[in-house]
Amino acid sequence: MQVNEELVRQITRAVMAQLRQQKAVPDTESSAKEIESMAGRERINPVKTDYSSYPRAKQGTDPKEVVIGVGAAFQREIKKTIGGIPLEDVLKNIKAGIEEEGMTARVVKVLDTSDVCFMALEAAKLSGSGIGIGIQSKGTTVIHQKDLYPLSNLELFPQAPLMNLEIYRQIGKNAAKYVKGEQVVPVPCANDPMSRPKYQVKAALMHIAETEQLSPELGMIEWEG
Amino acid sequence: MKRSKRIETLDRRPVNLDGYIDEWPEMGFVAMKSPYDPRGSVKVQDGKIVELDGKGREDFDFIDQFIADYAIDIERAEESMAVPALDIARKIVDIHVPRKEILELVSGITPARMTEVLNHLNVVELMMGMQKMRARRKPGNQAHITNLKDDPVQIAADAAEGALRGFAEEETTMGVARYAPLSAMALLIGSQIGRPGVLTQCSAEEATELELGIRGLTTYAETLSVYGTEKVFIDGDDTPYSKAFLNSAYASRGLKVRFTSGSGSEVLMGHSEKKSMLYLECRCLYVTKGAGSQGIQTVSVSCIGVPGAVPGGIREVMSENLVAALLGLECASSNDQSFSNSDMRRTARTMLQFLPGTDFIFSGYAAEPNYDNMFAGSNFDAEDFDDYNVLQRDMQVDGGLKPVTEEEVIRVRNKAARAVQAVFRQLGLSPVTDEQVEAVTYAHGSKDTPGRDVTADLMAAEEVLKRGITGVDVVKALAETGFEDVAASVLSMLKQRVAGDYMQTAAILDKDFHVLSGVNTPNDYMGPGTGYRVEGERWEEIKRIPHRIDPLDL
Repeated sequence: MQVNEELVRQITRAVMAQLRQQKAVPDTESSAKEIESMAGRERINPVKTDYSSYPRAKQGTDPKEVVIGVGAAFQREIKKTIGGIPLEDVLKNIKAGIEEEGMTARVVKVLDTSDVCFMALEAAKLSGSGIGIGIQSKGTTVIHQKDLYPLSNLELFPQAPLMNLEIYRQIGKNAAKYVKGEQVVPVPCANDPMSRPKYQVKAALMHIAETEQLSPELGMIEWEG
Repeated sequence: MKRSKRIETLDRRPVNLDGYIDEWPEMGFVAMKSPYDPRGSVKVQDGKIVELDGKGREDFDFIDQFIADYAIDIERAEESMAVPALDIARKIVDIHVPRKEILELVSGITPARMTEVLNHLNVVELMMGMQKMRARRKPGNQAHITNLKDDPVQIAADAAEGALRGFAEEETTMGVARYAPLSAMALLIGSQIGRPGVLTQCSAEEATELELGIRGLTTYAETLSVYGTEKVFIDGDDTPYSKAFLNSAYASRGLKVRFTSGSGSEVLMGHSEKKSMLYLECRCLYVTKGAGSQGIQTVSVSCIGVPGAVPGGIREVMSENLVAALLGLECASSNDQSFSNSDMRRTARTMLQFLPGTDFIFSGYAAEPNYDNMFAGSNFDAEDFDDYNVLQRDMQVDGGLKPVTEEEVIRVRNKAARAVQAVFRQLGLSPVTDEQVEAVTYAHGSKDTPGRDVTADLMAAEEVLKRGITGVDVVKALAETGFEDVAASVLSMLKQRVAGDYMQTAAILDKDFHVLSGVNTPNDYMGPGTGYRVEGERWEEIKRIPHRIDPLDL
């Protein structure tokens, strides 16, 4: 029998998993644990979801509409934001904010880009009102208007770990207010200088997981009826 | 398992709040060397590069093509590529080989060969290289001037204090992008009150940033981003050619410009093409050179969490800095983003640029408390000013700052706040109350100031753009409201645009508006007894930190 490093690692993992089940080893992020090497792998999720049977997103005509463009991995491969908020709740709150202001929400999934500015701009261009919101699966959000430069925006919330459901609701409300042409006070920005060292690698991994789900040929699909 | 109290204590240390990850070359999580990096090679035919780093011209992506056509000295290429990477690395640290000779030799090597050269240098050698290769003789420093409320009055006050403390350049940005015209204007005014000749810029969406520059509301630009893979360029709706075009748009109006790039961005965007961060960054720096930019803000910048997480990442970051200097570019060496929860780790990281000196050690340093830093936090902030001054004094190193007195700080902050109040009133923009002036004068950050009427400010910002207000209008408003000295300084900054001398590599201005650049004051370091030394008046200034013991007080 050939005993190589990989085999030893596999056995260690199996034993550790069993020990953990028996609660013998606490599941804490303690020092110097053995981590499975990812070297040689080309993807995070081996399988890519096939969206070809989904209806393509239609150009909106309703002047009261705000289109929310969600990321390719949204609610599928990724179910929570980087800060741990369930994406279902994120969507629910944005929609509630839009509806509280008397406007309507439509959700599409953006499959041709994972860049949040472009996602938001594509959503805005699709929207009957010209106002759109882009949300990456990690929670980063932008409010956009169809005739602005791509890397410009109405409001940008770059620090996803600091978001909460109240902010998402406010984003929905503000987007609706832009539709109504009101003077809008932007949602105050949160800022935590230490979120980068803690979260940036996780953000990179989540972005990779999102980007590897892109199907550019499908453009955008209707995500919720 | 029963836990060890020692290990539990260690687990709670700030350094363990940082993110770390093992190398994963397929996703670009690798610092200096990926198994997928190409080997350096070049072939020239009929005065054209037909092979670059193992790729034939027919397989070039647009970055390869741009580099082959514009960034490598074709006449030197074959000769330079015949010199082994190890020999070049040794010349870089050899005090007997002058900077000029290295610049010429390196101008003919390819990005992959450059990566090989840097892989031969350890961090001490990288610092030795930087001490010799930095463009400007005297190191400099740059500040971030921002706040959570986008309050232009606070921007002016912090700009004045920052300039007083020694920053040669100041950069602002906004939480709400539409504030840009007011932010730029406040920064321009405040900076000149702290110390005439300080350069200012407003980091915004590219078209807005260009417009502010053309109008003379800023005096340099920095946020022209370039990337190491074609896909990331395309995602940003850009190419090296469009960046070169934008660069010349600034140049045509006499504005100093540098590009921005940084390892980790390709990883964050998910398009690293399996290459090492250093190799991709070399490509960025070559594109920068090819586009005719005088300089670069490099070292990861806002992506520092990525190289910071992998083994050898901080060595890679310093390598990027040195590559910029080797290509003859002005190097603004970042240190501008919160990088670690550990004070020890964040300080150690900065020492690599602080000790040898770079053109701008930070790009920039948060001259406000980090909670107000709208670049999402810098590696050092206003609360570290005294630590930084003591470090300069301990090691007799010029980090670009100086100790100041409380009286001076209050005086310049107050004058800046009043000047913005006067200019806004004169131009019919949103009002600034006396209470605001008073609060901002004595404030540490935006937690100490009353809020602004955001709606009124945003309408005023729109007005500035609509009415075509320019730097000259600011000069007039200052002169008409009794701030003649500030008006004269702002006007002198505008005149620089006509002269254009400050577009030379690594240029800054002294208080009399004289240019100090890599051209008229080049780095002449060649070992002990040569190059820039901290001495004379500057050393006396650095020595005078607050909180010295007065023996007569005992």
